[in-house]
Amino acid sequence: MSENIKIVENATCTFCGCVCDDMHLHVDVEEKKIVKAKNACILGRAWFSEHTIEENAPAAMIDGKEVSIEDAIEEAAQTLVNAKFPITYGLSDTTCEAQRQAVAITDIIRGNIDTTTSVCHGPTGLAFQGVGESTSTLGEVKNRADLVIYWGGNPAESHPRHFGRYAVTPKGMFIPGGKKDRTVVLVDVRKTKSAPVADIFIQPKPGKDFEILWALRALVKGKTISADIEEETGVSLEVLQDLTEKMKNCRFGVLFFGMGLTMTRGRHFNSGALLALATDLNEFTHFVAKPVRGHGNVTGADNVVSWQTGYPFGVNFSRGFPRFNPGEFTTVDTLSNGHADAALIIASDPGSNFPKRAIEHLKSIPIVVLDTKQTDTSKDAHVAFRTSTYGINTSGTVYRMDDVPITLRPAFESPFPDDEKILTGIRKRVHELMLARHSANGAIGEAKVAAPL
Amino acid sequence: MAASMRIINGRVYDPTNNVDGEIKEICIQDGKIVASAGDDVTVIDAKGMVIMPGGVDIHCHIAGPKVNAARKLQPEDHRHDVHPATPFTRSGTGGTVPSTFATGYRYATLGYTTAMEAAVTPIGARHTLEEFHDTPVIDKGFYVLLANNIFLQKLLKEKRMEEFDQAVAWWISSTKAYTVKLVNPGGDEPWKGKKNSNVSDIDELNDEGLTPRKIIEAFVKTVNARGFPHPPHIHCNNLGHSGNYITTLETMKTANGLRAHIAHIQFHSYGGEIGKNPVSKATEIIDYVNNNSNITCDVGQVMFGKSTIMTADAPLAYVLKGHSKGKWVNADTECESGCGIVPFTYQEHIYMHTLQWAIGLELFLLSKDPWRVMLSTDHPNGGSFQSYPKLIKLLMDKGFRREEMKRVNQKALINTILPDLEREYTLNEIAIITRAGPAKALGLHNKGQLGVGADADITIYDDMEDKEEMFNAPRYVIKSGHLIIENHEFRNDFNGRLLHIAPEYDKKIEEVVQPFFEDYYSIEFANYAVDDHYLHDHEVIPLGETHS
Repeated sequence: MSENIKIVENATCTFCGCVCDDMHLHVDVEEKKIVKAKNACILGRAWFSEHTIEENAPAAMIDGKEVSIEDAIEEAAQTLVNAKFPITYGLSDTTCEAQRQAVAITDIIRGNIDTTTSVCHGPTGLAFQGVGESTSTLGEVKNRADLVIYWGGNPAESHPRHFGRYAVTPKGMFIPGGKKDRTVVLVDVRKTKSAPVADIFIQPKPGKDFEILWALRALVKGKTISADIEEETGVSLEVLQDLTEKMKNCRFGVLFFGMGLTMTRGRHFNSGALLALATDLNEFTHFVAKPVRGHGNVTGADNVVSWQTGYPFGVNFSRGFPRFNPGEFTTVDTLSNGHADAALIIASDPGSNFPKRAIEHLKSIPIVVLDTKQTDTSKDAHVAFRTSTYGINTSGTVYRMDDVPITLRPAFESPFPDDEKILTGIRKRVHELMLARHSANGAIGEAKVAAPL
Repeated sequence: MAASMRIINGRVYDPTNNVDGEIKEICIQDGKIVASAGDDVTVIDAKGMVIMPGGVDIHCHIAGPKVNAARKLQPEDHRHDVHPATPFTRSGTGGTVPSTFATGYRYATLGYTTAMEAAVTPIGARHTLEEFHDTPVIDKGFYVLLANNIFLQKLLKEKRMEEFDQAVAWWISSTKAYTVKLVNPGGDEPWKGKKNSNVSDIDELNDEGLTPRKIIEAFVKTVNARGFPHPPHIHCNNLGHSGNYITTLETMKTANGLRAHIAHIQFHSYGGEIGKNPVSKATEIIDYVNNNSNITCDVGQVMFGKSTIMTADAPLAYVLKGHSKGKWVNADTECESGCGIVPFTYQEHIYMHTLQWAIGLELFLLSKDPWRVMLSTDHPNGGSFQSYPKLIKLLMDKGFRREEMKRVNQKALINTILPDLEREYTLNEIAIITRAGPAKALGLHNKGQLGVGADADITIYDDMEDKEEMFNAPRYVIKSGHLIIENHEFRNDFNGRLLHIAPEYDKKIEEVVQPFFEDYYSIEFANYAVDDHYLHDHEVIPLGETHS
């Protein structure tokens, strides 16, 4: 360790959707390493301390051979412009500034854009469109929630500071005693490491979340539920009745939910039932719900794609305007059905975690990748950019799982450019190429080009 | 680059400079209006056309967390109203809550070049500024929500008025806002903390011993004393409730002769008893406005058809959810605000909706000072900004108004004096309520007018008999000297500027605010204030005369 230690206060950890912005980083400037990350959880500590830069790695490659960044941008732009059905995917682990450029590129080339939302809380996005949502920022939960329910998630291992920083133990304005002023309920098919935090643990049969949520809605509305619900769901009527009373009589209740609801049988029906339950409870008290989002800026991706197109994910521009159709324009589908003929993958590794058919097709088309490290996707890329890491090397904006935007404070510089810079370069070049094409088609006439698109 | 231009032969409406339909040459250089331009510049022949300053929307909801939630909520609203890209402009989607790009371009296609987002939580300021950067053509600013700010209420309760004043300035500066917005003052705490209840009277004491009136009074005083270019922008208590006109009158009286802006006053002009159908109190309300020059207001006209209710007044949205029976969003912001969103449709046959429509028109037609009673639909609450041309036709064409009256709920209509009102707005008056008036009320001296030195934000309409058609499609739109629309076609893109103020404050106030943050906010104090890189192109509007 060198003597040259820099302290970065109030830095933000972008590892998970908690986006904790109270990190105190000790940075060894010469070694380019974060030697200590005070306040970080076990996942955050790993995120910071294991961050290393492979100085000698090429910043840009075409078909595995090192090239200049300019040449790579040119090749990327040509590849995307010449495709008939180019897809853009990823985006949950980069800044909003980069995400904005990615949507712009896709709009200009009339491609298809989708984010990792489609494989995590996409069903919640659909449920939201169906029934709406009563929600709040995490600070309100800290200040007010006397009943906290987690459903289909295991924050102790996936979002370790969710309990301590936002929802269970912190003392708040109207919760002066912290945890002892709250009742905590965990509903999960497994007794996970989150269970010890809960005052009440409810373990339904797998795949029965919808039935339980619907029964709770009925009970909240004063309807009769038969005792054989236990046989169906594994949860007794008494337990449900007790939970119903707790929900109706709390002062401020919150339902947090995870992919145990969204990626199991029922998907958006599950999310929709839960959101509707929270809404129904507002007849009796104040009640909110909140999906516990995974990646550091997946919430930003939802926001950016929504404000630029009107839709949160699964958006296609092939007709010159945004169209939304999950199941058709979501990436697993555009790949599995063989439609995509070029891909721009940003900060994501579908090559390692997508279904087999999707990966097979992905490998058969030219890919442009931006990532901080080599991945299964980048190994097969036609054009690969190595970029700096958001929150560690570059600033920018991320949105916490509750839509609160936070500005990042980087710890040290990377020799690699950031995603925004590369994407801006590609955006400018594809715009030039498309204008030339419009011009050749006689679609422009004498008009001037000064557009800061 | 902004071009030099001469616009010749057009009929100019520039009420600020007392130009009422004269044929006059307008010259442009470096984005500003100048006295003369050389001969070798672009010349636009505006023969047979009407020239006005670019429109200024003083109250709309176009960017930020609640707007984006409303966008996400309604794919059905976008699908049938797409906004295709051109070689110069981005694509998007429309409906009552258009995407950011569509919002900017569609304002431009109505001849509007400035719009103010009327309700942003401080913690959502960064989000709003990001969306603004993707909202092209128009200049824009926002009002920051402070009337349900728990820390500011604590200072008021403890009568720490000097610190209150400093903290207001700190919050404005930290968020890059344009002025303070007061929404249902005092109503959030009962909503969030007392099982979804609300305040119902301007003098109702809360647990802290504060009343809505005290909160309003404090903001009016501090904003006037500091000379903010636009006074507190107030959404009164009891919006939408029968009998609320008393609250509105009392709110205006609370200003006590100091400047105050009452937002979407139509929604606050109802008589009758709570729980029963309202009656019109437009006359009582507009009489007060007519007689008190410290008050400005925008009407918040209801237009029949699809709208989206989106408001920081969460209890109100919950009431409307009960009527619409459809999807509903509630979104609480820690220590700062509530929010409600409800897709909504105003229907001619419904008593309440007709009454609201008629009250808005009564207010317009009974107004004696168009400079202080401005056009708005509280977009998208009363209807989309895209319905402004139709609203202009309703004001300018009594024959059209009469035809429209035939289609509405007659029981409601006869409870108003609308059928007896013969007034027709002139083009000059339209220029006042859509540009000169709002610019003046906002303290934007370089906007809403075409005098030398003004921003070259100019709209040129074909002079047409059908005013809806005329205002729906200007032939030319010039923004900051850039020719954006030429012969109805986009020729260029442009980013527009952020308009904000930067009141000074004593740095020591941060030490007063910080401990509260550490206890009750969920982000770090150091990460709260918005830094300058979110501003992009911007203009700090200077503070004006101080009043106390």
